[in-house]
Amino acid sequence: MALNIIVCLKQILDPEIPVRDFRVDAEKKEAVRGSANLVTNIFCENALETALQLKEKVGGKITVISYGADSAEDSLRKALAMKADAAIHLLNEGNPHPDALTVAQTLAAAIRKQGEYDLVMVGRESGDWGVGQTGGLLAEELAIACVNFVDAITATDSGLTCNRQTDVGADTVVAKTPLVVTVTNNEFNVPRIPKTRDVMMSYRQPLTKWTIADLGLTPDEMNAGNSYYEVVDLYIPVKEINCEFAEGDTLEDRVDKFAQKIIEVTGTM
Amino acid sequence: MKDVIIGLFASAGYDRAAQGVAGAGRKLAAELGGKLHAVLLGVADEATKSAVASVVDVLTIADQAALQEYQTENYLSALAEICKAKQPAAVLLSNDTYSQELAPRLAHRLGGSAGADGLALSVVDGKVRVTRSVYGGKAMASIELKKSPAVVWLRSRAFDTAPARGTQAEISQATVELPAQLSATITERKVEAGDEARLEDAKIIVSGGRGLGGSEPFIELRKIADILGAQMGASRAACDSGWVPPSWQIGQTGKKVAPGLYIAVAIHGASQHLAGMSDSKCVAAINIDKDAPIFKHCRFGIVEDYRKVVPLLIERLKELKK
Ligand SMILES: Cc1cc2nc3c(=O)[nH]c(=O)nc-3n(C[C@H](O)[C@H](O)[C@H](O)COP(=O)(O)OP(=O)(O)OC[C@H]3O[C@@H](n4cnc5c(N)ncnc54)[C@H](O)[C@@H]3O)c2cc1C
Repeated sequence: MALNIIVCLKQILDPEIPVRDFRVDAEKKEAVRGSANLVTNIFCENALETALQLKEKVGGKITVISYGADSAEDSLRKALAMKADAAIHLLNEGNPHPDALTVAQTLAAAIRKQGEYDLVMVGRESGDWGVGQTGGLLAEELAIACVNFVDAITATDSGLTCNRQTDVGADTVVAKTPLVVTVTNNEFNVPRIPKTRDVMMSYRQPLTKWTIADLGLTPDEMNAGNSYYEVVDLYIPVKEINCEFAEGDTLEDRVDKFAQKIIEVTGTM
Repeated sequence: MKDVIIGLFASAGYDRAAQGVAGAGRKLAAELGGKLHAVLLGVADEATKSAVASVVDVLTIADQAALQEYQTENYLSALAEICKAKQPAAVLLSNDTYSQELAPRLAHRLGGSAGADGLALSVVDGKVRVTRSVYGGKAMASIELKKSPAVVWLRSRAFDTAPARGTQAEISQATVELPAQLSATITERKVEAGDEARLEDAKIIVSGGRGLGGSEPFIELRKIADILGAQMGASRAACDSGWVPPSWQIGQTGKKVAPGLYIAVAIHGASQHLAGMSDSKCVAAINIDKDAPIFKHCRFGIVEDYRKVVPLLIERLKELKK
């Protein structure tokens, strides 16, 4: 069963930026980019890797879609270098922080416009806002099933079998297509590193760009402000924690102090 | 639209997570001036039913045969139908796998807005706000959910449990219409051996990292946990090395915990680890490196080789516990 797979990618501020370099703009309610890189959200890359492995087994086509600023093109080019077949950039005009519903509606419109599909894959959450709702809302918008926290998929004649991580272990979920899955990481879906040649080639590949209007959505409505949720405050919590290091002349003394503290804290619980 | 509904799974019982959700629900209902309802999905034992009934105003039990075990579309339909009839201002869920799967879809079906991983809730101008940690724990955000109902999954341990009311809730049974066919069916559930109570619900966690160098030291840490009545956790590095099961992992890609005391042994304190535990009420660490970032989050700590500290600590704690 050759599969038509859509992978949604989000570009985010590099989550590896050291805490001391991290600032927020309280007015704009966003992180200050500074000298930090923009990267593809790791779970989205796990999704792409899972898609690539699936395609290697059963054949098909992988289309990557990103809704975002001009820079999102970099995420799409990287995906092409990793061997996705086609890329679509949904231009985000005038709504720098679309809420989860706006994102899902925009992606759903693009998925419909691009034609047939069997499987839509998104990361389980993003490394910036970590909202974790895109998959579920997308499934509702497309009126199809959704399986969360998937880390492996196999295709059979009757549909797709997903391994889903749970709090206590794992579920096997058998699903019909079309299907949305949210992907989490495991040791087998670590994103591959594209070859230099493929990275160079990716810049010559076509990239489709669609505006909100191209999707048949009214720009005014989509950019009017978010109707689902709104960030009203963003701040770096001041944690005035001064670690009290156990002191003493001997190791025994210090361990004793440490143990006393533990008992003191547990006693108040 | 002032009432609050808490959605609970019978299979989990009235566990610490459910207690936190009920506690959050009670406070929110009081702020909104409404009643607190619980919807219990699946077949619950008597103890669970009466425990829930003692803390909420109205309890709806949905336990028809098809709801015995979690199937996404069935649970989603059931919750959506019951919530539609009750028109709540908010629906609160725990932060387990299944609740997180249901929340955004439920919000969509109810015409509401969902909020993720709440650490605190408030009401401003009649709208529910969720306070949560973002950017891998580096920042906090307050998010206003603009559509009603506000469907929120909570880091349950971050909320106090609900007080008993002295009177039992009004109890009713709901029979809901379910999809004729499922598009996605859970056909097998694997439970990792040795999994005890949910780590998310632990009061005290003793957690080990890569600095332990192998699985053996975890046996020693377990002794500390046993003395304190704590549960065991680990960093991703320790899980990825295969020293302990993946279900012990705490962090951005693991469990999000908020215990009263978190003891980090030979854990560096990478942002992805902090994302899962920095809401602990008190953090203590044993690390050989005094500049390890974990100490920036600690109330107390000891700079020393764990191999020297742990045996002495076990002895000392035993004595102090006597
Ligand atoms: C997308 C992504 C998601 C991730 N998600 C998670 C996650 O959910 N959870 C998580 O934990 N990590 C996660 N990580 C990994 C994270 O970045 C770190 O690599 C990991 O947390 C490191 O684990 P550690 O602190 O145990 O190991 P290390 O960083 O190796 O630190 C070991 C510590 O042990 C100390 N030590 C060494 N020897 C001794 C000794 N004898 N006595 C005392 N102390 C000693 C060292 O000083 C050091 O501080 C994620 C990474 C990525 C990229």
